[in-house]
Amino acid sequence: MGKRKILAVASIGGHWVQLLRISKSLEEKYDVVYLSTHPKCSKMVEGNKYYLIQDFSRWDAWKLIPSLFRNFYIILKERPDAIITTGAAPGLVCLFAGKLLFRKTIWIDSIANVQHLSASGRMASKFATRVYTQWKDLSDKKILFAGNVLGEL
Amino acid sequence: MIFVTIGTQAPFDRFIKIIDEIAPSINDEIVAQVYKCSFVPKNIKVVDFLPPDEFNKLFDSAKLIISHAGMGTILSALQKNKPIIIFPRISALGEHRNEHQLATAQKLKELGYVYVAMDEEELKNYITQKDLVPLHIIGSKASHSLIESIEDFVG
Repeated sequence: MGKRKILAVASIGGHWVQLLRISKSLEEKYDVVYLSTHPKCSKMVEGNKYYLIQDFSRWDAWKLIPSLFRNFYIILKERPDAIITTGAAPGLVCLFAGKLLFRKTIWIDSIANVQHLSASGRMASKFATRVYTQWKDLSDKKILFAGNVLGEL
Repeated sequence: MIFVTIGTQAPFDRFIKIIDEIAPSINDEIVAQVYKCSFVPKNIKVVDFLPPDEFNKLFDSAKLIISHAGMGTILSALQKNKPIIIFPRISALGEHRNEHQLATAQKLKELGYVYVAMDEEELKNYITQKDLVPLHIIGSKASHSLIESIEDFVG
């Protein structure tokens, strides 16, 4: 049997930087396929399969529909065991598509959210199979804390 | 060279204007990555959107990083052992959708990981300090406990 597969998703910028700090460790055990919002992001994950997805924020939500179909296509093609994202909106949409296709879905809220979970994180917590915060004082029974992208506990 | 960055989400004229005003009193060259700024700087070199590889080149050759309170830049600076001054965006001034940069900056200041400037004077004070050293260093990966937790869940 081959390695289990993870789709790792994030928008370019801080979300992508955080994702890589997590996914690079996961590559040791899993086949990691990446999705991000800029073509050049593929250069940072050479050797791994990479899909470009459209960037948008919660404020231009009309892009949500084509984005959802693109994510269905990628998930049906790749058949990952789990989908993991550090945000933002494009990651949330991919996670939602994954939920509808019965995948394990993992939201890791950005470390930038130190006072409360992000708006996208709160939405993810309604349906994702697992939600992490990177700050211990924001965790509860449902929102888990197990460490952060700084590498500290 | 001092590298200034405001990320790729929104303009940050107030910040770039302050940097431009400070620039003549600094000996080092200043290169700023901007995004849709309407203000045109006179004293610094500006570049528009940079793809990650070119961004990294500039970042690596800088002796000091000055940026908005974006986590991507902050994480890169801490990992690459570069001193970084952060200047948070203020949502009340229309610089972001919410005030999370203020909260991030406050938290990182409490932890003592970065230099935080809230206004022109503080920014100028930090930039003109001769021996600004990195305040904190991190490795290249997230917490082992977080990775383990994810692996347990995925199976």
